[in-house]
Amino acid sequence: MSDSTAFISIEGLKKGRKALSEVQETAASGCGSTGGSGKSSCGSSAGPEDMPPEIWDKIKNHPCYSEEAHHHYARMHVAVAPACNIQCNYCNRKYDCSNESRPGVVSQKLTPDQAVKKVLAVASEIPQMTVLGIAGPGDALANPKKTFDTFRMLAEQAPDIKLCLSTNGLALPEMVDEICKYNIDHVTITINMVDPAVGEKIYPWIFWDHKRVTGYEAARILHEQQMKGLEMLTARGVLTKINSVLIPGINDEHLLEVNREVKKRGAFLHNIMPLISEPEHGTYFGLNGQRGPSAQELKAVQDACMGGANLMRHCRQCRADAVGLLGEDRSDEFTLDKIEQMEIVYDLDKRRAYQQSVEAERQAQHEAKEAALAASARDDGVDADMKVLIAVATEGHGKVNQHFGHATEFQIYEVSKAQATFVGHRRVDLYCQGGFGEDEQLPSIVSAINDCHAVLVSKIGACPRDELTAAGIEPVDRYAHEFIEKAALSWFAEYRQRIARGEITHQPRGDARIRQGAYTGGAEAAA
Amino acid sequence: MAYKIIASQCSGCSACEPECPNTAIREKGGTFVIDPSKCTECEGQYDSPQCVAVCPVDGCIKKV
Repeated sequence: MSDSTAFISIEGLKKGRKALSEVQETAASGCGSTGGSGKSSCGSSAGPEDMPPEIWDKIKNHPCYSEEAHHHYARMHVAVAPACNIQCNYCNRKYDCSNESRPGVVSQKLTPDQAVKKVLAVASEIPQMTVLGIAGPGDALANPKKTFDTFRMLAEQAPDIKLCLSTNGLALPEMVDEICKYNIDHVTITINMVDPAVGEKIYPWIFWDHKRVTGYEAARILHEQQMKGLEMLTARGVLTKINSVLIPGINDEHLLEVNREVKKRGAFLHNIMPLISEPEHGTYFGLNGQRGPSAQELKAVQDACMGGANLMRHCRQCRADAVGLLGEDRSDEFTLDKIEQMEIVYDLDKRRAYQQSVEAERQAQHEAKEAALAASARDDGVDADMKVLIAVATEGHGKVNQHFGHATEFQIYEVSKAQATFVGHRRVDLYCQGGFGEDEQLPSIVSAINDCHAVLVSKIGACPRDELTAAGIEPVDRYAHEFIEKAALSWFAEYRQRIARGEITHQPRGDARIRQGAYTGGAEAAA
Repeated sequence: MAYKIIASQCSGCSACEPECPNTAIREKGGTFVIDPSKCTECEGQYDSPQCVAVCPVDGCIKKV
């Protein structure tokens, strides 16, 4: 596949944005497009003031539906649904490698009984685990018996855990009743197109009505089922997240239209994520040279969709058996053999007590941000509209609390005088390999955060410090253990003061590379 | 006549198992096998063999 048409012009995106603003909002539920400060409301980065209390209640502890929650709460997926009813050109489910982190890949398939046992084991070890999802490795609804057996048992045995599922939507309309029966109030639908002519480049076939259907017809049926399913879920008050894979040259500009159509049908969140595509994955796209988007291309499409359906930007494209906070995977600690050895005590009170302490921490984070925003409001004589990106090394709790050398991902924040907003993450290879720095890793880390002006860490060694500085990225460790937004705003205020005093001049940064899939598990690599 | 799943190709995804109108497919050691005495190749039942139509691995299920 040629990638010659892959780059999207910013002009094209602006055109799309104008079209978005002309659309009448027809959805009965879902969220408004503007919050108090004119930014996109609810969805990924909104808080309780941006939405009705019953919706906030559903998402506040859900790391996938609330950006704020994802710093504090963990999720797990159980791989009980191996079968699929469609084929996507970016998927090859035969491939399994423990260093891979992408949807559709899994190390160990589970029966519903094994899955329930695993959930209870994780819930007792990780009290902040609040969400259980069934996301494959095939399609949750192409395995209805396994999926719903698991949900039924969990609803009985772990009633405080939120249940959600992911689907391609083909079987969705006929399953909506069942979904509502088990109180599953979060459903993710992968929708990559709203035009079958685009869809036939993404889906080679679907299995439908006892036949393998190919080409335009396959994409048309899939599209109709997806839209119908989404409308039915909206009508039943189920929150929906739409995942779209950004495939340069195939659906990049088209995703604006997807955003508009799903918003019209009441989608709660839209998650635009980069295509993961390498020849060694053995996917059709990987083998045929289809590339994924760069960080700027991804952000351009996401930004162009602002004002439409609310965007999620903190997705980590988890494996179908991931365990832990987004961005970490502790599934190795919970293999079937290990679960057998564990004493599982499901203590609801203990979980509640822990979650209350998390709420106190969240409140403190929120207050720190508000105070920092108030402080940054005064006029300092520097361009008031200046915006920069910064990278942050964090182990969770919403704080700058990770050593540069221990980071396997950096969170990216866009900072201005008026806001410090999470806009994404970048996966990197671990720099520190058992006490000494791996200098050959450094260039790949620099390229992953090359669009950032600074990197905020709890600590950093002398060598990477010098190299980052040489690359124009300021390493900053003086905000160690501060809340992220406060640290970001404080650094930015200081940066502006240096500009005001004439010590530095503000330079724009370049593009950054999105790491393709491989995720070197922190624990074993650092050991 | 019957179809056969090539074990080395099978990903064990189980998609074929519930589609078989003759319950001829079962799991065996992580992959799936077709009981040749039950397989009708979906003759007279469907336009094409259901297991072949749903299998995500091209060439995994062959006529023997």
